[in-house]
Amino acid sequence: MTAQTVKLCETCPAYDASALKRLGVKVGAANYVVALAGNPNTGKSTIFNALTGLRQHVGNWPGKTVARAEGGYDFNDRQYKLIDLPGTYSLLSTSVDEEIARDFILFGKPDVTIVVVDSTRLERNLNLTLQILEITDRVVVALNLIDEAQRHGIQVDARHLSRRLGVPVIPMAARRLQGIPELLQAVEQVAKGLYTTRPHRVHQFGAKLERALNGLIAQIEQEYPGLPNARWVALRLLDADASIEQAIRDHRLGELNRDIEAASTEKAAPAEVVA
Amino acid sequence: MTQLTLDQLEIGSIAVVRRLNAGGAIRDRLMDMGLLPGTLVLAEFRSPLGDPVAYRIRGALIALRRSQAREVEIDLSEGARE
Amino acid sequence: MSTPLPILEKAQRLRAELGEDYHDKLMEAIYADAAQIAESSMSRSSRHASPSFDRALDRALTHPVGGFLTMGIMFFVVFWITITGANIPSRIFGDLLLDQLYTLLHGIASALGTSPWLSGLLIDGVYLATAWVVSVMLPPMAIFFPLFTLLEDFGYLPRVAFNLDRLFAAAGAHGKQSLSMMMGFGCNAAGVIATRIIDSPRERLIATLTNNFSICNGRWPTLILIGTIFVGGAAPPALASLVAALSVVAVAGLGIVMTLLVSWGLSKTWLKGVPSVFSLELPPYRPPQILRTLYTSVIDRTLIVLWRALMMAAPAGAVIWLTSNVVIGGVSIAGHMVNLLNPLGLLLGLNGVILTAYVVAIPANEIVIPTILMLTLTLGRNIAGAQSGVMLELDEGQVYSVLTQVGGWTLLTAVNLLLFSLLHNPCSTTLLTIWHETKSRKWTLVAALLPLGLGVAATFTTTMLARLF
Ligand SMILES: Nc1nc2c(ncn2[C@@H]2O[C@H](COP(=O)(O)OP(=O)(O)OP(=O)(O)O)[C@@H](O)[C@H]2O)c(=O)[nH]1
Ligand SMILES: [Mg+2]
Repeated sequence: MTAQTVKLCETCPAYDASALKRLGVKVGAANYVVALAGNPNTGKSTIFNALTGLRQHVGNWPGKTVARAEGGYDFNDRQYKLIDLPGTYSLLSTSVDEEIARDFILFGKPDVTIVVVDSTRLERNLNLTLQILEITDRVVVALNLIDEAQRHGIQVDARHLSRRLGVPVIPMAARRLQGIPELLQAVEQVAKGLYTTRPHRVHQFGAKLERALNGLIAQIEQEYPGLPNARWVALRLLDADASIEQAIRDHRLGELNRDIEAASTEKAAPAEVVA
Repeated sequence: MTQLTLDQLEIGSIAVVRRLNAGGAIRDRLMDMGLLPGTLVLAEFRSPLGDPVAYRIRGALIALRRSQAREVEIDLSEGARE
Repeated sequence: MSTPLPILEKAQRLRAELGEDYHDKLMEAIYADAAQIAESSMSRSSRHASPSFDRALDRALTHPVGGFLTMGIMFFVVFWITITGANIPSRIFGDLLLDQLYTLLHGIASALGTSPWLSGLLIDGVYLATAWVVSVMLPPMAIFFPLFTLLEDFGYLPRVAFNLDRLFAAAGAHGKQSLSMMMGFGCNAAGVIATRIIDSPRERLIATLTNNFSICNGRWPTLILIGTIFVGGAAPPALASLVAALSVVAVAGLGIVMTLLVSWGLSKTWLKGVPSVFSLELPPYRPPQILRTLYTSVIDRTLIVLWRALMMAAPAGAVIWLTSNVVIGGVSIAGHMVNLLNPLGLLLGLNGVILTAYVVAIPANEIVIPTILMLTLTLGRNIAGAQSGVMLELDEGQVYSVLTQVGGWTLLTAVNLLLFSLLHNPCSTTLLTIWHETKSRKWTLVAALLPLGLGVAATFTTTMLARLF
């Protein structure tokens, strides 16, 4: 597949149509790694296809994507590696079918995580969004399916949402390529650190929990310097997550992220095509 | 009087979740689906064979088998019919 | 391990301090924020499409009677459109590829002075096999996949899973197995991969082992052809294509019954256990983008499945040609195989030719029928002028007379072939996928032998019954 230059949105005057090059599966050493996370069936693969020019399968049922797929795009002379993930409802549970997505969000060290949100089911989708904001501040929210929301008479105030979440929120209708240029810009700004996010944190946890967490995090960071997401590990340990406990007993915790990286060369089908 | 559970909720009625009795994976799953104490649940429709039932939970439509719905204690929310 | 683990100890201590319901508290706090933020960023206007349309549709599609009726009609219509619609393009392709281009290629070969062996192997073997696959597979797939994708994009498939779930629960299987089953109707290898949505390893294995009971693309042509000439042919001409479609739907339906029965059997014996958590989000109905769907399903599904079939058909074509032309002790290899398998075949109400064809067609089921025709003709009285190893394109009337007069087929043979085409080992691509997904030789072997055993048992039983009465 050759790199193709495409016009994304002829109607947006501010947008330089030549800035995006879809790279297909050809991503070498990318400048940034961007993950597409979100609840099932919110349009992650649709956005992935729009940005990379690949053809991941999309379909209107939760669980369409079952494996990680990688592709790339070039925007304003920076190369981005984009990872399409299976949908997931929560980072705080142990379900096996969500493992691929969960592990990558937590340990794949993406430079930016795009959380794709279904604007017709906002409350439900914000659950995962808030969980992701707990563990990383490099987030862009893609408020997708606004065409469907409009059809059902739902208006979402993206600016207000962005203020509350503390990260960019881009209204989109990915299937019609609406909002793609804005998404690219937001991802670029967060990746380069030009946009300072102030992610919403769930404060009602209570001071007691927060204290407990901080103590545990300090200890984890001391023993495993450089481990991404010590906060999440601490949350899981407080919940007696058996697999994390085992990883600590086997002294494998530090290898978790290395496993993910190794797996990325082995398992990630480059936008594998299966009917 | 016995405690009402979600599987007993009539189609078209709304209830408030009181407690989740399940533990482990089932509990996690139910919570991931948005079922927590205090959540409003509307029983929308039943599968042709009687089980599962589709519930409206936090704006999403979620099918639960009877064996799972039984684990959710509810209080009827009087007069609340959608 | 005996080394003290300070982190774990500390976690345990803190856990005790925080109390049992820490996880619940955490989730509650997150959901409370989510609800509050969602509420404050959303506004509704009541003038637009109300959710009551979706609701009415859901009530209708999951209605006790209407739900199943719609499901039946929907799938019947899809197959009927596929069968009748594929007819004409199939004929055009057949004429073009199997007749004109084939003759042209032979002309070129003899003009170039190619040795008969080489041109036989390449043109009569490799070329004809691939050409057959294109003309028989491409048209039905190019119709079936877009229709199926439209249903999928609209949001209908999860409703099917919802309607059927009770049956899967009774079989001890996971509700999402019906989704992987649906995918299997396109391609079993894809269906096996789709089982990844199933959380529990036990239920996922059940779904994997039973996916082969979904009739895949490679097998639709066989069913359609046999259903058309033997079953549809027995009906009055006006009803022929309707009856043919019904017979195909019946076999597909039997496949669903087998899926449930075998799942039940496995979950009661080998893979004992209780059904695990099931929750299925029913997505909102979304109007599909018709043109885009047509485009992507042709590119992504049709052409890719076709490409795979071709990759399998080309070497298989060479093998067929070779086995029919390499002669040992006065009889071709294919002849030896047919003679060897004939007693077993007759016991099953089939024959040696059919079983040989299934051995040859392990890589790609779509070449079963052409192989059967070719072997029947070259090994029997050659009334249609077939050469050894040359696969044939005959019209339906000719196929019927070849099979009944030369092959000695009866309606029983046809019924058994329909059964056997549902119940036999998965194709090699699917087996490879199963091996990849389960990482277990044992389960791959089970996946191969279980349906084969069932097929032998089923055809043997019908044959016994038919001979008794
Ligand atoms: N109307 C509308 N439909 C969309 C939009 N984006 C995606 N869709 C449709 O929504 C469905 C789901 O899209 P996918 O891209 O497969 O969703 P996903 O998030 O990858 O889903 P999973 O892989 O199952 O987690 C498909 O039918 C898409 O065509 C949009 O902006 N508007
Ligand atoms: Mg996807």
